[in-house]
Amino acid sequence: MAKVEDYIPIVGQFLIDDLRLLGERLRGKVIQHINSTPVGGGVAEILNRMVPMLRELGVDTKWDVIKGGEQFFEVTKKFHNALHGRTEEITQRDFEIFMETSQQNIENVNTYGDVVFVHDPQPIALIRKKAVNKWLWRCHVDVSNPNERVWGFLLDFIVQYDSAVFSAPAFSRKLSIRQFLIPPSIDPLSDKNKELPQETIDAVLRKYNIKKDKPIITQISRFDRLKDPVGVIEAYLQVRKYINCQLILAGGTAEDDPEGVKVFEEVQEKAKMAKDIHIILLPHNDIEVNVLQRASDVIVQKSIREGFGLTVAEALWKAKPVVASNVGGIPLQIKHKYSGLLCHSIEGASFAIKQLLGSQGYAKRLGENGREHIKNNFLITRHLRDYMLLFLSLYHPEDIVHLC
Amino acid sequence: MSELIRAKEPFRFCTRLHLSELTGLRATTLGQLVSLIKEVPGSCIYHHTHRFLQQHQYLSPEPPNDFAYWVTDILGEDELGERLASIDTMQYSTIRELRNKIASTIEDHLNNNPLAKLKFARSDEEFYFIKSISFILPTNYTAYDLKEFAEILKKITIDSIYFHIFEARLRLENPTNDFSFWIEKSLGDKDLADEVCCFDPYTRTLEDLRNTIIQIVERKITV
Repeated sequence: MAKVEDYIPIVGQFLIDDLRLLGERLRGKVIQHINSTPVGGGVAEILNRMVPMLRELGVDTKWDVIKGGEQFFEVTKKFHNALHGRTEEITQRDFEIFMETSQQNIENVNTYGDVVFVHDPQPIALIRKKAVNKWLWRCHVDVSNPNERVWGFLLDFIVQYDSAVFSAPAFSRKLSIRQFLIPPSIDPLSDKNKELPQETIDAVLRKYNIKKDKPIITQISRFDRLKDPVGVIEAYLQVRKYINCQLILAGGTAEDDPEGVKVFEEVQEKAKMAKDIHIILLPHNDIEVNVLQRASDVIVQKSIREGFGLTVAEALWKAKPVVASNVGGIPLQIKHKYSGLLCHSIEGASFAIKQLLGSQGYAKRLGENGREHIKNNFLITRHLRDYMLLFLSLYHPEDIVHLC
Repeated sequence: MSELIRAKEPFRFCTRLHLSELTGLRATTLGQLVSLIKEVPGSCIYHHTHRFLQQHQYLSPEPPNDFAYWVTDILGEDELGERLASIDTMQYSTIRELRNKIASTIEDHLNNNPLAKLKFARSDEEFYFIKSISFILPTNYTAYDLKEFAEILKKITIDSIYFHIFEARLRLENPTNDFSFWIEKSLGDKDLADEVCCFDPYTRTLEDLRNTIIQIVERKITV
């Protein structure tokens, strides 16, 4: 795993110096992360990278996990879907199951941290153990349009925390506690984002029988209706009328998600309508994702809804011109016509792709701008800095904080 | 080359880091935008003008401030967007004055263009008000003379330069920037202090600004 100093060639010595200065200001404080799983899922992935780096910066960081049975996690999955705005039937019994397991965790989990940093709804009720220490609640979910019953239930806990953290401004609401914006980040040294030798790129392209003889348009996303893969094919069909190009749709599909399998079949059916469409099932292969992004001429993220849309940051980091929907966290990553093109429809996506394929200088400039924007705002080093500032904010309520 | 003057008091470089605080306040129309601009804390105005610039200053060309971007790209009010983008922030030595200018520019536009009141942002495209919380920390880097000063300038973060040049004036309401103040008071070089005193962050990238200051200082060293 990468060390903090490995990032110096990417972000510069002084930025790492800043992180160390912040680490010094947190000496003596114990930061305790609590979530629901040590492996699998985005939160565990982030913590697995950030906890060792925070320790390396001198911040005494611990990570604990709550326990829960199958029923509990079925309920929390329902909560998750409901917070995303999906229709879910949630019964009174579901709330009781949630509280029964929460009560066991309240009794068994030691909340010893000076700062207790609770991630997502599963451990949220632990706030009932709040003593003189500081408590943070980190929401990793898009709650811009939540099921109000579930949100109302969680709100009773949220307002007992010192502060809450959201990934995008659209997810925030008026709350009686402080709330901070901390977007997620990408790791430039991970398999998904690191530089790759040309041989690796060539080998993966050969494996999938992709030739670089015509421009490549790519969307990397799981086969989910909210990612609109069928819409991407329709946009491609419109582009193909004018420009000889090829399309790659690559991503995983959750095996336990019948809807995902159905969407995948629909995509395969739709793909029969034109030549040069590569449909690739790509579960958990970060190097191959990296290759497909690097081999592309335009990258698309035509989501209908998006939690944050880090695939956009991944593409921009590789200096690729991106066409993406104006939803979720995407407008934070793309300023329209400056660091990419935003769209609202299939026609808009198709028009933007044509513009980029037809104007290589413009496409190159957007891609280069995008890379700079990601470098300065969406790398893991910024995420570390924000977390340390967040911890310090708990002890400094003012807008301008002098740490002299 | 003349001998370098050694300052009695060194210049200690600070770093300034931001954390974004959400307010839960959002605007869908120009009317809502202007009324919120009038009442939000100064650190919100700072966020959507200076902070926005810092987040995007690496882009070429640079986008204007957040208000101008939203008004133009989301509401399609190009004329107002142009007026907001061209507000000369350096005329305004306080956030309060800058806020008043932005608010009056929008109000004038609404008075002269009643149809502009009817424009609505789509859901997901509202203007979200955010506050910048600034943390100021001294670094371990100090300069006793212009040579050391220029060497550190080459390496320090853009955030640090921005803090010493603009933020000390704007948010802390100091009469001049930190570099000018030290050069005049500790090195006694008023000419150089005057040269370093006036820069507009909206007309050049911060990397350009860094290089310009280094050139001015190095030219002085070699005289």
